Amino acid sequence: MINSYFKFIRSGINTTYQDKGRENLYHIGIPYSGAMDNRNFLIANKLVNNNLNAPVLEFAYQGPHLKYQGDTIIIAITGDVIFKIIKNGVEYTGNCYESYQIENGDEIDIISTNKTIYGYLAIGGEIDIKFQWKSCSINTNAKIGSNNGKKLENNQTIKLLKLNSNKDKKKIDYTNSKVENIRVIKGTNFNYFSDEGIKTFFEKKFIVSKLSDRMGMRLQGNKINNVVNTNIKSEGLIKGVIQVPPDGNPIIMLSDHGTIGGYPKIGVVASVDYDRLVQITPGSEIKFTEIQLTDAETLFKLYEMDTDNLLSQI
Amino acid sequence: MINKIVNLGDSALYCDFGQEVNKDINSKVIKYFNSVRKSNIEGITNVTPSYNKLIISFNLSITNFKKLKKEIEVLNIDYENKIINKEIQIPVCCESSFSLDIKRLEKKLSLNREQILEKFFNKKYFCYMTGFIAGMPFLGDLDENMRANRLETPRVKVPKGSIGLTEQFTNIYTFESPGGWNIIGNTPLNIFNNLNENEPNLISPGDTVIFKEITSSEYKNYHD
Repeated sequence: MINSYFKFIRSGINTTYQDKGRENLYHIGIPYSGAMDNRNFLIANKLVNNNLNAPVLEFAYQGPHLKYQGDTIIIAITGDVIFKIIKNGVEYTGNCYESYQIENGDEIDIISTNKTIYGYLAIGGEIDIKFQWKSCSINTNAKIGSNNGKKLENNQTIKLLKLNSNKDKKKIDYTNSKVENIRVIKGTNFNYFSDEGIKTFFEKKFIVSKLSDRMGMRLQGNKINNVVNTNIKSEGLIKGVIQVPPDGNPIIMLSDHGTIGGYPKIGVVASVDYDRLVQITPGSEIKFTEIQLTDAETLFKLYEMDTDNLLSQI
Repeated sequence: MINKIVNLGDSALYCDFGQEVNKDINSKVIKYFNSVRKSNIEGITNVTPSYNKLIISFNLSITNFKKLKKEIEVLNIDYENKIINKEIQIPVCCESSFSLDIKRLEKKLSLNREQILEKFFNKKYFCYMTGFIAGMPFLGDLDENMRANRLETPRVKVPKGSIGLTEQFTNIYTFESPGGWNIIGNTPLNIFNNLNENEPNLISPGDTVIFKEITSSEYKNYHD
């Protein structure tokens, strides 16, 4: 047994363990969950020599402040994140996309994300946590996943079962690209909306509401007029679906979404834009542009190749 | 048979079985669901049945809409495969602290409390689907005189175990969740068990549910 662990001096606002998420459970009402920003999740793991699907800490806005006890370990933070590393009482400004060796007594203070929502902390080793349906991902609504399905709290610990033997420091030159234009494929109820409603959807800007979370992104500012029916017979949902409830304010389904919904679907966000969509902060403007299925498929392939290329440089 | 298959975004197939809600259409959806699940077609990540639709999600890194649509169109559907149905009794207490919307229902349905409860408990319900939140069953059909719309403003928190009514359907809130259905009572029974990975849901599509009224002292002394 090894005795290495991190202790949460401050847990942060919404800190959870996440991995790739869980498949094949929509039919019983359990969503995918998993890291919101998949690319940053993968890069974080690669920077600390982990398996690419290893559990990481996902934080939103304010991250955790951790103190380490144990043998030297490697960590990395990805996203657009402001953090410091404290060694023997001396503070060092940390850089994202660069791994650090953390020694006994060191602290990591993740102050905040910068004009984005989610950031990731990967730890080079095996964390002692529970898996449910083969995933550690915490879904706080259904109370599923590690840590009994709850957010991490002050004074909790991250116990390590094993440390990676390869503690080489790694680095990659990468900046997250920002998007305002979200590409959307027409939804199955596209014809429920008036011409004017569709014009509003593709031509006007929407503002991301403060009520957005891991379940969904709520939009405000312009209402979309429905001319057929404000309800449909409830049916399955997927990540990225844009539903329009009777009040006309669209809601985009995100990773912890309800698996069934009864509001008309005006569109679905193209997979290529998902990682960037989830990082758009409340108060920001977004605009939708239409994309055809085949173009969305090609762009996703390119995005994936780009991700693979980044990973191979690490 | 599926009426048509279209894409839902770039990583799901939307299989449409019609507009009506009835047992026949729903049974077809469930037979397709079982056959797709058994098929082991590469790239499928989720299969979601509902009243009259089946959504097949896939990993866009592995397959795509055109390829998967062809595979589903030629898939052998096991129509003989009988769904194994259970009949499940659910105890429900309707005392005033649980029947949050009984007054609203009395008004909307022009029935009194006794009449509403009698009509509600006097029927067997068919489970069309589970979801929205983990394990929530969508059951039907309610008596023709028992059909009310959703609340104008949904509740931010519906208590765990609440029994809801809307249109021809009734459901059970498996844990505390936002929701807009008319709440008539509450069950002490645990409907979703997140510690049982093989069978977390007490009620599955195709099952029959019988609600049985219990008193508040029976509710208090109830153990799973």
